[in-house]
Amino acid sequence: MNTNKNSYTLIYATVMVIIVALMLALVSSSLKGIQTANVELDKKKQILSSLNVNFEGQDAAALYDKYIVKELVINSNAEVLSEVKGDAFKLDYIKELAKPIQERKLPLYIAQIEGETKYIIPLRGAGLWGPIWGYIALNEDKNTVYGSFYSHASETPGLGAEIAQTSFQQKFVGKSIFNDKEEFVSIAVMKSGQIAENQDQVDGISGGTITSKGVEKMLLSCIGQYEAYLKN
Amino acid sequence: MSKLISDKTKAVFLGPLSKNNPITVQVLGICSALAVTAKLEPALVMGLSVTIIVAFSNVIISLLRNTIPNRIRIIVQLVVVAALVTIVSEILKAFAYDVSVQLSVYIGLIITNCILMGRLEAFAMGNKPWESFVDGLGNGFGYAWILVVVAFFRELFGSGSLFGFQVIPQALYDAGYVNNGLMILPPMALILVACIIWVHRSRNKELQEK
Repeated sequence: MNTNKNSYTLIYATVMVIIVALMLALVSSSLKGIQTANVELDKKKQILSSLNVNFEGQDAAALYDKYIVKELVINSNAEVLSEVKGDAFKLDYIKELAKPIQERKLPLYIAQIEGETKYIIPLRGAGLWGPIWGYIALNEDKNTVYGSFYSHASETPGLGAEIAQTSFQQKFVGKSIFNDKEEFVSIAVMKSGQIAENQDQVDGISGGTITSKGVEKMLLSCIGQYEAYLKN
Repeated sequence: MSKLISDKTKAVFLGPLSKNNPITVQVLGICSALAVTAKLEPALVMGLSVTIIVAFSNVIISLLRNTIPNRIRIIVQLVVVAALVTIVSEILKAFAYDVSVQLSVYIGLIITNCILMGRLEAFAMGNKPWESFVDGLGNGFGYAWILVVVAFFRELFGSGSLFGFQVIPQALYDAGYVNNGLMILPPMALILVACIIWVHRSRNKELQEK
């Protein structure tokens, strides 16, 4: 067979593209359900991580249901829009962040751990190469940090990617997001040796300055949206 | 089995591990060697994923080799590789979500690995499926062991750990030892690869250019 003819080449290319497209579509649609379930489970695990709950070898979904007692959708004026469980969880946070602040619907998770209430705020920001995100859990006083969790899409391994390490996340525990004058100041992430004025700080990651600063900005902008709720 | 593992097949498998190594001799796949070798774990997983994908795309191209129109052969090879990589990444997302999160961009990076196109073009287009499969495995492992060696030194001296476990004792840090920050940065991967090439060539004199 002459495989160098134009018509053969054209038909070959067309058939190949159709077969590959069909195959990919088939794989993608047949795995979609499992993948979505994985993403949801992963989100629950991330929220549990911010509460310092160890879910290793346990059913994370069941633990989530046990600890998270309320899921709220609120706005920046602290008005509660929905208390139905599942509404906040399904909210597309990235889409909400693109809206003007007054129109945003904000998810807020409320957990009960050993009889104490914890407030969990989802975070989303930018690192050096791509998005970074996480969850920060506040104590009952809505001021001090109970736990935090950060993750990233593509930060440099060994440098910026270290924000996903527990050792970095643990540094935030006990820090306050309001200063002595009850003003919202968030928490600064500083190069070691530098001092932030008038606010609590943690040491950034050496060699990962842009990612560290990304975490700082993310905390300031995301927790800032909840200021009204956290103040009362 | 004697037919399956003939001397030629053996040479096809063992060649890329040393005398014809894709990284140290052919100098292919350098970009990913820079990107994933700051830590051992991603380096190992990357090495294995590349091995699997080279082996199977080699088989597919080898099966199709007599039907592929010469003028669009590179495109056909690319489509096969891209389709395989996409399927692997979808399967990982469904059945090994944690691994796929860890690998994130690296899986996509496999498509751009020159070793893949190199082997498809140089070997699979002219050889039978079984030999192509063995060639893929050989090149994949040849690539993987260099990555693991580079990652070993980079993680040990850059972060003081191996596979994420601290191996340099705290006492040494207290005594004033510090991790070498340069080790984590990409240029150090090039320097380490160059060192491996140096050692490799001084032991295999026939590889030295006159």
